[in-house]
Parts: sequence; C-alpha cells; structure tokens
Amino acid sequence: MIDKIHRDAAAALADVPDGATVMIGGFGTAGLPDELIEALLEQGARDLTVVNNNAGNGDVGLAALLAAGRVRKIICSFPRQADSWHFDQLYRGGKIELELVPQGNLAERIRAAGAGIGAFFTPTGYGTQLAEGKETREIDGRLYVLEHPIHADYALIKAERGDRWGNLTYRMTARNFGPVMAAAAKITVATVHDVVPLGLLDPESIVTPGLYVQRVVPITRRTTVGAGFKAA
Amino acid sequence: MSNPKWSRQEMAQWVAQDIPDGAVVNLGIGLPTLVANHLPADREVILHSENGVIGMGPAPATAQEDFDLINAGKQPVTLLPGGCFFHHADSFAMMRGGHLDICVLGAFQVSAAGDLANWHTGAADAIPAVGGAMDLAIGAKKTFVMMEHRTKAGEAKLVQRCSYPLTGLACVSRVYTDLAVIDIDRDGARVVKIVDGLDFATLQAWTGMPLVAAFASA
Repeated sequence: MIDKIHRDAAAALADVPDGATVMIGGFGTAGLPDELIEALLEQGARDLTVVNNNAGNGDVGLAALLAAGRVRKIICSFPRQADSWHFDQLYRGGKIELELVPQGNLAERIRAAGAGIGAFFTPTGYGTQLAEGKETREIDGRLYVLEHPIHADYALIKAERGDRWGNLTYRMTARNFGPVMAAAAKITVATVHDVVPLGLLDPESIVTPGLYVQRVVPITRRTTVGAGFKAA
Repeated sequence: MSNPKWSRQEMAQWVAQDIPDGAVVNLGIGLPTLVANHLPADREVILHSENGVIGMGPAPATAQEDFDLINAGKQPVTLLPGGCFFHHADSFAMMRGGHLDICVLGAFQVSAAGDLANWHTGAADAIPAVGGAMDLAIGAKKTFVMMEHRTKAGEAKLVQRCSYPLTGLACVSRVYTDLAVIDIDRDGARVVKIVDGLDFATLQAWTGMPLVAAFASA
C-alpha cells in the first residue's frame, strides 16, 4: 500500500544531507512552509543551496536558516526586501553566494527541470546584466537568452489538502511555486492542513498529482502573517 | 512660484483613462498600483498579479486581510467573481506569451529607443533584486511607464541612452510623467499631453531626448 503520510516534519526531513539543493516554496510568506524550514533548521544540514523567490523575512523561517549560517548559496529573484536584514548582512559580508534570476525565468527554469527540458530560449533578460555570458539566439526576429533548468534534491512546499498518494490542492496565492517545485525535486515534502481519505479530493481539482510528491506532513493551520512590505 | 505639475493621483488618472474596457492589465509595484483606484466604473478591467492571480479586487477591509491572498507587492488583496489562481510558471507564461494587454511599471530611466531601466541603480553597495521586472517589461502587448519627469536632483529621466542597468530593450510604448504623456516608437518621442502652464521649450530642456509636440494646444 502506498502511504506517503509522515508523522511530522522532523521524520520527513531526517535524511537531508549536507550540501543538498533545497527548493523552498512561497512568495513572501504565502505558501512558505514554516514547519518544514523550522525542522530543517533543527535537523542541522549545512552548506545548503536554497532556491526561493525571496531571501527571508524578519528573524524566523528562511531568515533564521540564513542567520544560522547553514546556506552557502541562494538562487532567487528578489532578495532585498524591507525586512531581509539577515540576508543583507550575510551578502554584504561576502558570506553567502547569490544567483539572481528574473522571477519568470526562475519559475520556468524550475518547470523545465520537472518537465525534462534540457534548456530553453527566453526573451526575458535579453540585453541586460543578468544575461551576460549566456548564449543568445534570434528566432523569427525576436532575441532570446538560453536558460538552463534548476534541479533540486528536495522541495519543501506548503499545500492545503492532501491524501496518502500525495495528491495536493493549494490555497489561493499560496500555490505560487509549489506545483513546479514539486516536479523539479527528487524528494518533495509537502505540508497539508488536512489529510483526506483517498478519493475524497475532487479529481478535477487536484493541482499537483501525487506522483510528484514523496512525503506528506499534516500540520495545524497557523494564520499566515504578512511580511516583505513596508506598512502603509 | 513652483513649476506646474500633475500629482501622483492625476498621473494615475491619465493612465487609467487609457486602459480600455476588457483589458487584462498588470500594475507594477509602487506608483502604478494607484491606477487601480482610478479605473472608470463603466469599464471592466481584469487585473493580473505575477504571483499567481487574475481578477484581483481592491484591498480588503481592516481585519479582513488574508495573507494567503496577496499581490506581487505582498499586500493583501481580494478576488473578484470570475477570478482564479495559478502557479508561478503559468503566471509568467501568461506574460511572456503575450496574453496581457498592458503592463504599467515604474522606472529610473527610459531611453529614446524605449529601453527601460527600473531594477537596479548599479550602486556598488546596493543589493540587486530583480523580481518580475524583466519579465513584465517584455511580456505585455504594451508597456506603460509612470515616473517623475526628473530626479530629485533635477536630472532628466527620459534619456538618449540609459546609464542605469537595463531591464529590457525597446519595450516601453508610453511614458506618463508628472509633466507630460509621451509616446515612444521608432519614429521618436511624441508629447501627446502636457501639464497646463508648462511650455514645450521648458519640457524639452528638462528631457534628455528630442521631443515632438503632438498635443492639442490649450
């Protein structure tokens, strides 16, 4: 019998080795898998490469993982935010490597990894600093940059409901990178607020089919706290 | 006497007036978000945000915020009937694939060729952050820019060539400043609207590219 449900986040992340590439879902705090990041911090893996749209907010979650010196490199589109002081300090001190990627290229590079694409030509970034040194091509009169997929050892994502096969639904804009990261990693760990019996998720509404998901961790719902912007 | 200029709300009004009924629009972070407040009530305009939502409504009432429903500026929003959610790769495919009609962005500089610089000052100590700027710049059918006409130090932001790092090449079609509305294409820059009380010669002197007057004189 297939049963991907894990007791807790610690059990689901026990085998993350030093040097792993870990994708972390979330845009700002929506979809950020806090419980998994906390467990990864507790678990102790070091020298990580993290793929996330941002570079942590405030002092908790991803920011805490950075502050603990556990991340060697971050691949992201928007590290600098009103409350990214831990990243800012590490970056200015030369203690973390940054690969800056336009957000749509980041999403598409992750998607390409999951879809088995070797590389792709995109118009985004052509003629800018972020395309320097990259192969370019004119196709039907438009100019493109060659971008390569981003694969990961683990993807840590936050979903809404799941079943023992790993089928997932999401909640509003907390979906963001979840579905593409799930497909791009060797081991995808998803938190869910509800585990439901097989067959109870509407097949037409399953967003991530279970074959992309290896481990499901039930969590208690916490209210998502806003971050990453200046209060008006 | 201070020089005549439009307020930020007036700039947002001019942009809003140019968005047609039925358009699918992405409003960038900062100044462009003001445009949403000025869309004429008799037009149905669909707002897209690159974090994965289309059919965005206004900000929720205090205490009704749900931070699982946010815009690209990470601020809480609402969903209108008919709106829906999708993942990030789909959201940027909508943009890159040319399915959005208009994108409105802020800018540091716009060049005579329509090049846009809006993501990085290039300062040595600045931490670079690009977000969706480069995808937005080249994705929509039309890219509008909203910005002050000059920097606080009085330097032109409409320039022959951008000195700041580029976001996209030849992507800007119209610029709304606090002094004028200017169309940019291969034939050059045409001023289609100018603030009352400002003469064209002064506008030209404050602009780093040649302008052609194409507005109806008051």
